[in-house]
Amino acid sequence: MKILQQLRDEGRAQDMQGLIEQIPFAQFLGIQVEQKGNEITTILPFKDTLVGNVSLPAIHGGAIGAFLEFTSIIQLLFDTSCEKLPKTVDISIDYLRSGKPVATYGRAIVTRQGRRVANVRAEIWQEEKSRPISASHGHFLLAPL
Amino acid sequence: MEQDNFSPHGNALGLQFVSEQAGQLFIKVPYAAHLVGDPDTGVIHGGVITAALDNASGWCVRLHDQWIEGNSMATLDLRIDYMKPAQPFKDLLIMSECYKITRHIAFVRAVAYQDELDNQVASSVATFMLGTATVRQA
Repeated sequence: MKILQQLRDEGRAQDMQGLIEQIPFAQFLGIQVEQKGNEITTILPFKDTLVGNVSLPAIHGGAIGAFLEFTSIIQLLFDTSCEKLPKTVDISIDYLRSGKPVATYGRAIVTRQGRRVANVRAEIWQEEKSRPISASHGHFLLAPL
Repeated sequence: MEQDNFSPHGNALGLQFVSEQAGQLFIKVPYAAHLVGDPDTGVIHGGVITAALDNASGWCVRLHDQWIEGNSMATLDLRIDYMKPAQPFKDLLIMSECYKITRHIAFVRAVAYQDELDNQVASSVATFMLGTATVRQA
């Protein structure tokens, strides 16, 4: 991916905010990245187009899934600084609580990184980190097939 | 099932109702610039597929014979396998089917494909909790 290479050339290989600004779908969802040292938190500010259930209201499960996937990939890119965008092989999502119409935060951990596949767990929360609204576990392909 | 049944997020993604037959729901996600995940290739982001599969899976539960109108539901889990990247500049199609419904749980499988049903991009299985009281959702 040109952006990854470009960021690396500019010595900003770990500038994840710079990266997601170049990804249209991340912009559509409104995802932001906060970086403190080697800790990364993804942020999904609330907006009306994220709503899945109007009567609650609650954030759409699909938007939550996409946010978990972004959180996982961003952490993976940060840890590995690989030149290619990792490809999602599979992702399994547990919906734990309904997503309220407020900002959502995400953190991910690369549980195992092999040469070809990485296992990543992600968790997202709103007001309280100890009360996650959703969690995921996914496999990502690092090298192209 | 009509177009205006989509959630705000579904509408923002541009989901379109195609058809419904024998419990199978067909939905289209027209290719659009804001769905792109890799600007180099124009390939849509996996999250678009996640969102579309989740949407289609939820809606086909409401088409099941044993679905009780006015009931509420919440996604319990969703597992997606991505078989290959979606081809850019092409519409994404979704077929979803609720194959079992019990008093509390609905089981759904769905596939995301392009052009033809056997040209699969991703497949998913999901379970939904039925009849959750909306007030207790915290």
